[in-house]
Amino acid sequence: MLKPDPAKQRDGAYVGQPVPRENARRLSQGRGRYVDDIAFRNLAHVAFVRSPHAHARILSIDTSAAQALPGVVDVVTGEEMKGLCTPWVGVLAHFPGLKSAEQYPLAVDVARWHGEPVVAVVGESRALAEDGADLIEVEWEELPAVVDAEAALAGDVPAIHPELGDNRAFRLEVGQGDTASAFAEAAVIAEEEFRFGRHTGLTLEPRSIVADFDPSLRQMTVHHSTQTPFQMQDVLARHFGLEEGNVRVIAPDVGGSFGLKLHVYGEEMAACALSIRLGRPVKFIADRLEAFQTDIHARDHLVKARMALSRDGEILAMEVDDLTGIGPYSVYPRTSAVEGNQAIRLMGGPYRMPNYRGELNIVFQNKTPMCQYRAVGHPIACAVTEGLLDKGARALKLDPLAVRQRNVVTADMYPHTSPTGYVFERLSHEECIASLASLMDYERLRREQAEARQRGVYRGIGLATFIEITNPGPAFYGVGGARISAQDGCVMKMEPSGDIRVMVSVTEQGQGTETIMAQVAATHLGVPLERVSVYTGDTQTSPYGGATWASRGAGIGGPAVMKTALALKANLLETAAVILQAEAGDLDIRGGAVVNRKDGTQRMELAELGRIAYFRPDTLPADFHPEMTAARHYVPQGYPFAFTNGIQASHLEVDVETGLVRLLDHWVVEDCGKVINPLLVEEQIRGGVVQGLGGALFEECLYSPEGQLLCGTMADYLTPMAGEMPDIHMAHVETPTLTSPLGAKGVGEAGTAAAPAAVMNAINDALSPFSAEVTQMPFTPERILTALGKV
Amino acid sequence: MKAAPFDYVRVSSLDELGELAAAYGDDAQVIAGGQSLVPAMAMRMARPKLLLDLCDLPGLADIRLTPDGLEIGAMVRYFELAGSPLVATHAPLVSTAVPLIAHEAIRSRGTLGGNLAHADPASEMPAVMLALGAVITVAGSTGARRIPAAEFFIGTYETALRAGEIITAITLPVALAGRRVAIDEVVRRSGDYAAVGAAFAIDLEGETVTGARLAFFAVCDRAVLAHKAAAALCGQRLGEIDPAPVLAALAQEIAPVADLHNRAETKRHLMKVLAGRLLQRLLSGEKSTHG
Ligand SMILES: Cc1cc2nc3c(=O)[nH]c(=O)nc-3n(C[C@H](O)[C@H](O)[C@H](O)COP(=O)(O)OP(=O)(O)OC[C@H]3O[C@@H](n4cnc5c(N)ncnc54)[C@H](O)[C@@H]3O)c2cc1C
Repeated sequence: MLKPDPAKQRDGAYVGQPVPRENARRLSQGRGRYVDDIAFRNLAHVAFVRSPHAHARILSIDTSAAQALPGVVDVVTGEEMKGLCTPWVGVLAHFPGLKSAEQYPLAVDVARWHGEPVVAVVGESRALAEDGADLIEVEWEELPAVVDAEAALAGDVPAIHPELGDNRAFRLEVGQGDTASAFAEAAVIAEEEFRFGRHTGLTLEPRSIVADFDPSLRQMTVHHSTQTPFQMQDVLARHFGLEEGNVRVIAPDVGGSFGLKLHVYGEEMAACALSIRLGRPVKFIADRLEAFQTDIHARDHLVKARMALSRDGEILAMEVDDLTGIGPYSVYPRTSAVEGNQAIRLMGGPYRMPNYRGELNIVFQNKTPMCQYRAVGHPIACAVTEGLLDKGARALKLDPLAVRQRNVVTADMYPHTSPTGYVFERLSHEECIASLASLMDYERLRREQAEARQRGVYRGIGLATFIEITNPGPAFYGVGGARISAQDGCVMKMEPSGDIRVMVSVTEQGQGTETIMAQVAATHLGVPLERVSVYTGDTQTSPYGGATWASRGAGIGGPAVMKTALALKANLLETAAVILQAEAGDLDIRGGAVVNRKDGTQRMELAELGRIAYFRPDTLPADFHPEMTAARHYVPQGYPFAFTNGIQASHLEVDVETGLVRLLDHWVVEDCGKVINPLLVEEQIRGGVVQGLGGALFEECLYSPEGQLLCGTMADYLTPMAGEMPDIHMAHVETPTLTSPLGAKGVGEAGTAAAPAAVMNAINDALSPFSAEVTQMPFTPERILTALGKV
Repeated sequence: MKAAPFDYVRVSSLDELGELAAAYGDDAQVIAGGQSLVPAMAMRMARPKLLLDLCDLPGLADIRLTPDGLEIGAMVRYFELAGSPLVATHAPLVSTAVPLIAHEAIRSRGTLGGNLAHADPASEMPAVMLALGAVITVAGSTGARRIPAAEFFIGTYETALRAGEIITAITLPVALAGRRVAIDEVVRRSGDYAAVGAAFAIDLEGETVTGARLAFFAVCDRAVLAHKAAAALCGQRLGEIDPAPVLAALAQEIAPVADLHNRAETKRHLMKVLAGRLLQRLLSGEKSTHG
């Protein structure tokens, strides 16, 4: 494990040090305080009757038996729920033409996916609420279900929302150059159909909320397992007609999010509506079955794509058609267009590809809603691009590593604009590829592969170059009309003890954001790390901000904290200068004390500064007011995104008789700019890779032809487990972004972005002696055996 | 995901169990390790009104050698099977099968009796019982019965147990000197239920195969013995065995059915691959093991 360097820490240079997550000890000893751990007086619990059908009309609902059951507090149908909050529609203006239908917390008249909540039952306990739910009788008229995305646009298929006309939610064409001529000139055209199954986020802590409405003040306090407290504050205030300031959202410990805990879900809205109706706190904790049925699902793409290559392996053009199914609604408030939009725009991103045409079609279907999940759109773009590149290289008998070296955007080309309009400040593809080749000893591995093949052992090596979108700039979501902040803020104060308290609007879900913020504050303030405490996740006490998503916590929250630390330091030095009758410019803060800037001689402990500033201002000049608090905000500017880059490699063995894949090793070289904490960067990469491997080999939300979700437990939904995971080796290249004083970009999604592509390419490399290929994720034994012609 | 309301009694004698079972009829259900029953109750797929816990019943948690063979009490937990020297000596196939079942936490609660009564078609132990020719002792209000494993498993979650009866013990004939055993399965993740599994016991006299019990699991609605394939093996001499007719017979007599992740033809293919590999391993004399 990476260990902090004590010498550097003594100098206060915490940025760059592998400081362990401070909360890890508390959480691993069971001292976490999640929503479900918080005690309330007079708490009521809500359970839901859910649609057993993918698509069905509600003919009648009989709630009488449930109402009569002792312990049942309230029963509310979709129709009754309509009166308790205003509806929402998951569209934003920056996706022109995107359409979706009005949604309420519960299905009204028609249920549109298997598991959609239909009736809410409030009980004195969750078990009693479920007992009540059991007694509710719903009479259904089944309607034909649109299950496969491919079927959604067929002529005779009824529209899931008749008022929207058809099942097309969004269509987008992007591109540049002349692809037709490029394909006409190509030496080789690699063409393929890729399928990406649905999977889901599977947070360890399921979605959780306790809504606590106080009718006397019309105030609502919501304890919510969320990534985005301020976004939720806004949503709740608007849809329940409350003053924004009367809604307080508190995110206590959050046990994982991966993007699924920033969407608006009917169950959470219902819990708030019921708390308002009952004047009691109401709790909803999703159980695992509910998580599978109602947490957003991810991916679900069918991509038809081709790549034109010259004789020496240069990428001349790509043409891509992406069809993606998003379930019956575009999810509020961020929309379900972002995944497809990013997939279609990231295609070919690492390469100098001059010509590109991409078409995206997003369709409605009767499945669980699909929306943003870790590495939004990235694994799709990466797998399609990298898969086609390998296929082309194979046809041209070129080495996959060489063909990547040949095509990547080179150092002399920055800033560089991709054919879809993404602007890259500076990336480091060439260095990353070179670093990977030595890290994995590429040449040796190829020799061993050839030798193993002689013995009938089929190993594969797969590469995947990637770029990752991080730190979205000022024009994100807000431009489309969503009240989701693109900036973040920090308030920092010094207490009489000299201890530092940091309130910051980015949030913690287990990834170590708070530790990162503490490192930045301690480094730039000049205090020992132990003296800094960081508080996040409460709209009442932290400054306003966008919080944590799109790999923006460190890259945007970090500079906000840095700016604040420098401002507070200036304040403190100003006071110290007055006390010491020195020039502020001649002083500095190091190791928690005021020192002479020149020789480091200690002048005064911060605790002494605090004592005087807070308790003996009488000793200071009459017109002097010591400033012991600073606040700053930070908006990323200059580029729409801070792109990161890197390359991954997978080494695996395919049992060509059983179709089983054994992962042998995985390598990642990534460049997330300035590395604030290598330990946490590597944790992010490892976790991200594992989720990517899950999507590539194991995880799939399986549906019957009628639209029944077939996996409701973790016995039939296969998550990646430690036993099957390979060692994940890493190296870093650091290309700081010059747009931020900290230089840090994001790293949360890079692992997930490219791991599936690397695995796919490795499997196809292993299968190359058989001329078999797989392009449908996850790569199950059955799909591999089918490709091999064995079944 | 909360169970429907139920009552719970820890019974201390078979008589007490019988009385309560009779009084509650179908509404009563026994609980052993709870590793299959409790999840089913949490999802309200099982809704017993009364749970009868067997953990205090005397004598059900013993492993002992009897003149009939190795007797394993119904309440013996997987981890106890794995750690038992008696089992390792007299029924090594059982010892090697345990690590294939689920994970440590489940193995420290789940019981052999609960497993067999549950009769999951993808479970390892029913096939092990078939391969070893186990006899399952059950007891109810009308007394005890001894049921050969081959007659015990009737279908998915279905056994020869009658209303009110419980499994009390499992008897395994003590291994013969020339016996070779092995179990293996095709799984995507360790601990998963198998896509296809096989447990074989082959008896040799000198170099000649004198008996073979080839059991398969996760192929159809219950663990099954491949009699024809076994017959094709008997009488052959080690070193001269052609697996082709054995596998052909197997494909004829067992027609696997699809599961959530695999089509029937995939399972048929995997069954043959697995059987071929297991035979190869046993006949080449590799130590009895799982892979
Ligand atoms: C995550 C997970 C993974 C698993 N993976 C596997 C696996 O890979 N392979 C595998 O084989 N199993 C697996 N199991 C199931 C596990 O082996 C169960 O423990 C076993 O099937 C049942 O044993 P039990 O003692 O827990 O029975 P219980 O759950 O208590 O009972 C199961 C059923 O048997 C009945 N019953 C129990 N004891 C008796 C008795 N003595 N007489 C009559 N009826 C009785 C009960 O009434 C109930 O109907 C898994 C379970 C879990 C939770």
